[in-house]
Amino acid sequence: MTEPRLPLKGIRVIDLTVVWAGPFSTVLLSDMGAEVIRVESLAHPDLNTRGQPILEGTRAATGGGYPDGEPGPRPWNRNSNFNTTGRNKKSVTMDVTKPEGHAAFLRLVQNCDVFIENNSPEVIDRLNITWDVLSQANPRLVMISMPGFGRTGPYSKFRAFGANMEAIVGHTTLRGYTDSDATGVTNVFLADAGGGAVGVFAILAALRYRQRTGKGQYIDMSQAENIGHFYSQAMMDYSMNGRVQGPMGNRHPSRAPQGVYRCAGDDTWLALSCGDDAEFAALCGVMGQPSLAAEPRFADSFTRYANQDALDPIITAWSAQQDQHAAFHALQAAGVPAGPVLTTAGVFNDPHLKARDMWQQVTLPEAGTHWYLKPTIGHMSRTPLKIWAPAPNMGADNEYVYQQVMGYTDAEYDAMVQAGHIGDTYDVVREHEARKAKAADV
Amino acid sequence: MPPPLEGMRVIDLTHYIAGPFCTKLLADYGADVIKIERPDGGDPARRIGPFLHDDPQIEKSGLFLHLNTNKQSVTLNLKTLDGKQILKQLVQDADVLVENFAPDVMDRLGLGYEVLSAINPGLVMTSISNYGKTGPYRDYKLTEIVLYAMGGTMHSTGAAGREPVKLALTVEQFFGGGVAASATMGAHLGALADGVGQQLDLALFEMQVGNQDRGVQANTTYQYNGSMATRTGGEGGRTIVPTGVYPTSDGYVQFFTLQPTVGWPRICHLIGHPEMAADPHFTAPENFYQNADVKAEVDAILFEYLLTHTKQEVMEATQAAGFPCGAINTMEDVFHDPHLAHRGYFVTIDHPLVGPLRYPGAPFKMSESPWRAGRAPLLGEHTQQVLSGLGYSHEDIARLREQGVV
Repeated sequence: MTEPRLPLKGIRVIDLTVVWAGPFSTVLLSDMGAEVIRVESLAHPDLNTRGQPILEGTRAATGGGYPDGEPGPRPWNRNSNFNTTGRNKKSVTMDVTKPEGHAAFLRLVQNCDVFIENNSPEVIDRLNITWDVLSQANPRLVMISMPGFGRTGPYSKFRAFGANMEAIVGHTTLRGYTDSDATGVTNVFLADAGGGAVGVFAILAALRYRQRTGKGQYIDMSQAENIGHFYSQAMMDYSMNGRVQGPMGNRHPSRAPQGVYRCAGDDTWLALSCGDDAEFAALCGVMGQPSLAAEPRFADSFTRYANQDALDPIITAWSAQQDQHAAFHALQAAGVPAGPVLTTAGVFNDPHLKARDMWQQVTLPEAGTHWYLKPTIGHMSRTPLKIWAPAPNMGADNEYVYQQVMGYTDAEYDAMVQAGHIGDTYDVVREHEARKAKAADV
Repeated sequence: MPPPLEGMRVIDLTHYIAGPFCTKLLADYGADVIKIERPDGGDPARRIGPFLHDDPQIEKSGLFLHLNTNKQSVTLNLKTLDGKQILKQLVQDADVLVENFAPDVMDRLGLGYEVLSAINPGLVMTSISNYGKTGPYRDYKLTEIVLYAMGGTMHSTGAAGREPVKLALTVEQFFGGGVAASATMGAHLGALADGVGQQLDLALFEMQVGNQDRGVQANTTYQYNGSMATRTGGEGGRTIVPTGVYPTSDGYVQFFTLQPTVGWPRICHLIGHPEMAADPHFTAPENFYQNADVKAEVDAILFEYLLTHTKQEVMEATQAAGFPCGAINTMEDVFHDPHLAHRGYFVTIDHPLVGPLRYPGAPFKMSESPWRAGRAPLLGEHTQQVLSGLGYSHEDIARLREQGVV
């Protein structure tokens, strides 16, 4: 029996993405069967995606994202960030800043459907790989740039990570504790997650347009503008009523009680939220205090909302004695939306995710064998998705990409090797090793 | 120029947030989206605020108005035989059906994927639910705070010694809707290529566990070496380079960089002390990393600068120095931001009952095929038109209305 064809089989993508948003886009594409080719440079290490190339002798307090906390001699093949979203992708090396590297990139563009990048805004200008240049090479190309603020306007040159973007476009003032100022908020990167997700939608919409018209196009995506949609209630409240919303902590604009409540054990919490009388009565029942639901101060949703400060300590007095998971199941069985505040370990041990087969053991050539989260859009009835191939070592697919995809002859390929484009180790590391060897000789 | 999804036909059985955001993206980029609503009040999001002038009417919910732009509204009671028949007729010509009922509802209505794919083998049916169609939590309830809690990231969001804290409003449900839109488009392109559709079983819980905001790589780091992130507030203190939120003369700014050693000379330049850039008193590793005293020294100099400049000035100067920084803007600031104004981010959309309002505009701009600035439909606004298109006469439709089918 032949396997059904994956949804995006036959679509080839050039991936010049960094950090989080771009790699998240391209992994959604590769999970669905697109051939995603990551273009990397031996001369210019991508610190934000594959990590620092030289970390010898260090063992970071947090483990630094490396297996057993050991970066090893080639840390770029062992970095948890890259190895998470690198799955199902290929890696080719070329230095686009050099003429023969630029020529190689154009040849790749001629053999691809999509080019995606989310670099600092000046990068594609400096590398001379803007839409004007690439559309000459391939008019059917779909190209997307997804910098923080888009390709036009006064902030178009801004450097920004998710946290910086979200500040400017309003998310930061809408989250955090109500009793402390903004300096206490945790750096979060919702814009990366949302930008990655919607960036894929943009690419696929353009591919559908190309199918009908034969035309490629350029997509200018501002991650900040995209993420503004994700809290439209606050945007629309200002637009309609001139109201400037602030943070609500864990509370809800209309549901009460809602919060996270301490459970038995160290730093262990349960989230719950009641939206109507039935859910609140169920909560009171599980707490063994059914009469609470009849008290005038908590009897309907308006009084409960007004008196939630009084309600929270009552819930905490109960929850603090409870096992987090037992309380979660008891409340859900009674019809109360509730859930444990899971740690990363708790997520991995969660029985529901296991029952749905969400983890896959994968061996990477230089990082060993570990469990990885499978594609979260993978429950497709005809083409279930999984990790088809582990994250590639840098340069792992050079021969395939240069020779099969771009049609380089053996002689052309050798010339690229000689010119330093093709390899599996950063130049800075080879130089470092050479210096060490020389020092040892002396 | 036609929008990119012109001619794509979508039957939208979604309500609340995640499903409607998925179909909003489709509709705003040109798909023909028919939103099926219950005759008795429609999408419950119509009853969720904010409301225009705080007047809680089903046509005046800002959330609904934003999430349902460019859709057509048809009321249909799917519990009636006629209602089911009409839905099946619509499915015949559809490319995609998106629904976010509880996992067993479509099957119970006799409208499961088996039934619908027999009518239209090319159909992509996207089912978005809380926990998916299988597994022990299948029938459990979920709200935004529960979703964020169970996804694994909330535990490290907030301050040490305090309770974990969620993000704004319902952002993670929007995230799930965005992922669902991409998965739907991918499956649709696959179905166009070989004529066979499929059903997607998308769980908000799973999409959250795979959320790129810190969570997904944390899963791998934990497997690699057992370490997990902790709640540390703004995470200041890892290096002497500013990270997190700092006060200015009129508000706050957010500093953040992944490359503190690259950023340090730029910060020195910003605060008018270029000589600090190479001074080992700051740059020696034992001073640069995890040194509260040296950090306090740097912060004191930084504060002198910050507290004499506005957040907009600090942002622009810091960016000019090449260091990532953003002013922490309120919604009022956002609506008056010069960059967003320059790019025409906010668009004015008129509506018969709420009038013209400004909405967030295109999340991405396409060179060949535009985004559409259309309004959300009134409840049942397109019932007559859509049913006529299916061949129902005025008399048929009057009968269906009387019987409560539409």
